[in-house]
Amino acid sequence: MAENVLRVEDLTMHYTTRAGEVSAVDNVTFSLAKGEAMGLVGESGCGKTSVATTVLRLLPDNGKILGGHIYLDGTDLVALPEPEMRKVRWRRISMVFQAAMNSLNPVYRVGDQIIEALETHLPGLSIAENRARVEELFKLVGLDPKLMDQYPHEYSGGMRQRAVIAMALSCNPDLIIADEPTTALDVIVQDNLLREMTELQKRLGMSMLYISHDIAVIAEVSDRMGVMYAGRLAELATTVEIFKTPIHPYTIGLMSAFPSIVGAKRELATLPGEPPDLLRPPSGCRFHPRCPFGTEICTQQVPEFNDHGSGHFAACWHPQRSA
Amino acid sequence: MPAEPLVSVQGLQKLYPLTAGLFKTTRSFIHAVDGVNFSIPAGESLGLVGESGSGKTTTGKLLVRLTDPTTGHMYMALNGGKVDISTLRGKELKVFRRHVQMIFQDPYESLNPRRTIFDTIAEPLEVQGIGDVVEREHRVAELLSMVGLAPPETFLFRFPHELSGGQRQRVAIARALIVEPTFVVADEPTSMLDVSIRTGIMNLMQELAARLGVTYLYITHDLAVARYMSNRLSVMYLGKIVEMGDTEELLRNPLHPYTKALLSAVPVPDPTLPRTEPDIKGSIAKPIDPIPRCRFFDRCPIAQKVCENSDHPPLVDKGAGHLAACYLV
Repeated sequence: MAENVLRVEDLTMHYTTRAGEVSAVDNVTFSLAKGEAMGLVGESGCGKTSVATTVLRLLPDNGKILGGHIYLDGTDLVALPEPEMRKVRWRRISMVFQAAMNSLNPVYRVGDQIIEALETHLPGLSIAENRARVEELFKLVGLDPKLMDQYPHEYSGGMRQRAVIAMALSCNPDLIIADEPTTALDVIVQDNLLREMTELQKRLGMSMLYISHDIAVIAEVSDRMGVMYAGRLAELATTVEIFKTPIHPYTIGLMSAFPSIVGAKRELATLPGEPPDLLRPPSGCRFHPRCPFGTEICTQQVPEFNDHGSGHFAACWHPQRSA
Repeated sequence: MPAEPLVSVQGLQKLYPLTAGLFKTTRSFIHAVDGVNFSIPAGESLGLVGESGSGKTTTGKLLVRLTDPTTGHMYMALNGGKVDISTLRGKELKVFRRHVQMIFQDPYESLNPRRTIFDTIAEPLEVQGIGDVVEREHRVAELLSMVGLAPPETFLFRFPHELSGGQRQRVAIARALIVEPTFVVADEPTSMLDVSIRTGIMNLMQELAARLGVTYLYITHDLAVARYMSNRLSVMYLGKIVEMGDTEELLRNPLHPYTKALLSAVPVPDPTLPRTEPDIKGSIAKPIDPIPRCRFFDRCPIAQKVCENSDHPPLVDKGAGHLAACYLV
């Protein structure tokens, strides 16, 4: 396997709220190879966005990393002082946030906002050099460079999202974290953007961590994928492997609850119950109250995140190997 | 069954004026819904799919009279007769509302945060003057267990903020069904919900439809969800229905170039499946005073002279009840 750009080990992060501690990320371990696209899928509140903000150390004041390591090319980001961390952000790891198209400042020209990012992170370039770079970036993401002197309101949703991606690519990062970048877009625009992001990621040899609630989108963009449930990674393997032979009952449930427009119309499965409140997560395996295979041990002990063969990891006491 | 349809819509049009400048005399209009025809047989479900801005929500709002059409007729079979929904006033409108209900997209917005679940669900009964307090409470409890919020006593006097998104949507469904409507317009009722919750709501809506004989207009942008929720499917583009047919037939054998592009853009939960790139140009525009030609002309990969020189093509049967609005297919 190629060298790892990012290695996250036993990462645990809590939010402190008035109601108590929210166990948002619990013992999450994964790694990302150079040039690899990894998907992280899960439902709202499962901690997938928290993993991203933790890796970038962009946590709100009440978020605390309680344990674990985040290695970026061997440097542990958890221990890095903030001024050093600031050099990592954007230049080494950049992020496209959910609804990023609304994160552009409406009163500045789009090009100038990217130039601002360039000036902050790669100071010392001339105005002409910066403009040339923005022009290049616009072409890269399929935007007409003439648009750089326009304002965000003159862009459509898809164009704004492209501009934000251009901004994320501006400092040639090793890793780009994309958190639901296409969720608010219509399918045709989404499809177009997904194709281009995948193409760019491969062409530039970047690593990408793609976060989404939509397993169909993850199927399209990722080489490997992790399934999160209630703050923990339930399963991790190549995307093809997870879709072909899911091991964890939650993954199986998620797959069979997901409608598709191709193939025979099959009955959609329903998962009983609802995801747990992470203020008071269930004991043992956090999926046990909803699991059809749950037994005594599931309620008592946390299952280990084990390799079930050739890098197919799952945390389950009763791994399913039938399908 | 080619029986008399429950709902039929003819030449439905809704124009929204754009605010004109102080001295401007000519106004522009957004053609949100423009010459739409369809009918829904009793007990069936018609899916209405399209991208944002295609006019699908406006169509839904027109059918429940939350907004009035500019022109066109909407007929509904009511109490053995047939009424034109667009002309109902006063008392008649109130009677109509007893038979037609709407379920909205966002259960976080559609429930009043200061009213209990009982108040919310019982309100339609109150408005319609059905039953006394005891009967209403009994009926609300019955509906709550029907939508899977059991035991009902534990939910009756709770507030929306104490419920999860899925539970709230169940409350919204109970509120819509308590007056025993024959026709329900469901506007993206599952799009705010997570996958593991969504299936439950979808199954519930179908189960109740079968049990209570409800007819749905199911509005969604998600074709995969529409596949499960509708017998027939209609695809909208810029205020026009461009294709309509049996759901499975339409998905298997799309005729209109827009439908083809839309279908190939839908992500598929199967990483091994090779996919073709959607054949479509440009991006969606706004239907402001559209030029009299095919609405899809600018983006169409197969457009020809006739598409530019003629009016928007009529929606015609291309065989076995599969309708499309295109000169070239």
